[in-house]
Amino acid sequence: MTMLGDRQQLSYIASQAADARLNLELETEGMTLNIGPQHPATHGTLRIIARLDGEQVVWAEPACGYMHRGYEKLTEVRTFPQVTTLVNRIDWLGSFANEVPFILAAEKLMGVEAPTRAQYIRTILFELSRIANVSLFLGDLGVQLGAITPVFLAFRDREYVLNLIESATGGRFHPNFDRIGGLKDDLPAGWIDETRAVMKKLRNFCDQIEDLLFGNEIFQSRTRGIGVIPRDVALQYGLSGANLRASGVDWDLRRDQTLPMMWNKADWKVWTHPDGDSFARCWIRLQETRESTKIVDQLLGSIPSGPVMAKVPKIIKVPEGEAWVSTENPLGEMGYYVVSRGDLGPFRVKIRSASFNNISITPWLLRGVYVPDIVTILASLYFILGDIDR
Amino acid sequence: MKQLSSNSETTTPAVDVVREQMLEAIKGSLGDALIDSHIKPGDDLWIRVRTDSWRTSVQKLRDVHSFDYFGFLSAIDWMPSPYGRGEDDPTEPAPERDMTIRSGYAGGDTRMQVFIRIVNSTTHFGLTVKVDVADSSPSVESLITIFAGANWHERETHEMFGIDFVGHNDLRNMYLPVDFEGHPLRKDFPLLARMVKPWPGIVDVEPLPGGDEPELAAQDSKGGDA
Repeated sequence: MTMLGDRQQLSYIASQAADARLNLELETEGMTLNIGPQHPATHGTLRIIARLDGEQVVWAEPACGYMHRGYEKLTEVRTFPQVTTLVNRIDWLGSFANEVPFILAAEKLMGVEAPTRAQYIRTILFELSRIANVSLFLGDLGVQLGAITPVFLAFRDREYVLNLIESATGGRFHPNFDRIGGLKDDLPAGWIDETRAVMKKLRNFCDQIEDLLFGNEIFQSRTRGIGVIPRDVALQYGLSGANLRASGVDWDLRRDQTLPMMWNKADWKVWTHPDGDSFARCWIRLQETRESTKIVDQLLGSIPSGPVMAKVPKIIKVPEGEAWVSTENPLGEMGYYVVSRGDLGPFRVKIRSASFNNISITPWLLRGVYVPDIVTILASLYFILGDIDR
Repeated sequence: MKQLSSNSETTTPAVDVVREQMLEAIKGSLGDALIDSHIKPGDDLWIRVRTDSWRTSVQKLRDVHSFDYFGFLSAIDWMPSPYGRGEDDPTEPAPERDMTIRSGYAGGDTRMQVFIRIVNSTTHFGLTVKVDVADSSPSVESLITIFAGANWHERETHEMFGIDFVGHNDLRNMYLPVDFEGHPLRKDFPLLARMVKPWPGIVDVEPLPGGDEPELAAQDSKGGDA
């Protein structure tokens, strides 16, 4: 029996009754819609099971695990330097950024710090992988809303950044360039001037996307007020990165924590948006790409000379201890909880990936939205499957 | 690690005033639910709470101390792996291993521990909270009513470690097939890829040109997955 005064219960019953009436009038029947695992909106193999009433989602749940590779178990049989090979493949669009927090955690346990030059180059490559990652998002966003042009621009301009990463590290997608104590190599000759030119192109790309997409009426009406995440919900689901800042939380791990990286040497801005809708999330990412090009530009001018590798033993044994390091990766907060037992390899590594938390909000967020908005909301949350399944 | 931005330079203070004060405040509100703590000056704070007050402790940390951001939840199996690092030659008898269970920071009385990372979203002060889970029937209370985001993390931990979360009514597998047996992240679960074929690192020990340490070859080998 319903307790009199139990307002929540009463409003629930009222909504159920309203639904029943709706069903009666429209003679609709519930239907289950499978989106994915192979679907262009899923960035990999995510499957969304949605229960529909007409065009409206009454219940939705993502099914993960089509790409689970067991990295947490595998790290336990690898040595510390070998782990970077694995973590490169978590978020495959911004691979270099995945290596950094793990290496920083190992360095923290060992008590070594990379030379200043290496820290500068690390920060620059970190931001380059953010630009490569997010520029693809900006292009892909258009495709999912039916605009074809932005994706061609994105693939064209991302190529310049990938070329830069390739010429510095040797790998386009999986650089595996970060080492405990520094970097594998120094920058090639002429790289700095080339990077400056590319950053100009990328700022131009951001302007183009802003004109083409963000000023577009269709884009605005498809994203404004859709998929709104309030601040407190975002916090308790552990959303991070642009998704959190789009809900009005002014928090960027690059600015708000002390790490041996060089973000504080550049002048840049953390953007937030009060709306928390799909548009806000996309807009924040666009602004962040601009800020990243600024960071890279400023750091390029002040790289000091010196070695890129600190003195570390050839065979790395990490002293016993526990360390947690997380950084502001292209997708959000990416962190590693590393437990070492003084062995060649880690005892346990917990990989806290951004997309896992970001996507865990979808059952809450998709309830009550219309079918075409599923795609927009998923696109604006921006996830990489490798980052969910690990 | 998650420090206030004013604390900028890398000098590590011998006594971490901010963390000591926070620990005192937490001690005051949690009372005897707090068993142990650990501070690494200038780095991080760990606390361990009693299993029967896991949910209420986290609730207090959120409500009283404003740790309102849910980072992650996971578990650690502190038992050393009986298979070592998977580098044994399967044709030889297994070597003797030290199997004593040692816990990490803030101690522990059981083989497995659940831990979470929560952060204050305005001061950006974070801490790690650990809790012991009984060896015989590993279970703790679910945090799903405090942090809705704990839902998937508890499902994952349940699947990987076999830890039950009381109050979570949807502990379906996220990754593994329904009829999968065992809990892969427990240390006594063998990594089969390393069991059926000896790790190439133990055969490929040949000196590098110019180098005289044979271990380097094993270290530098770049494998794919498994």
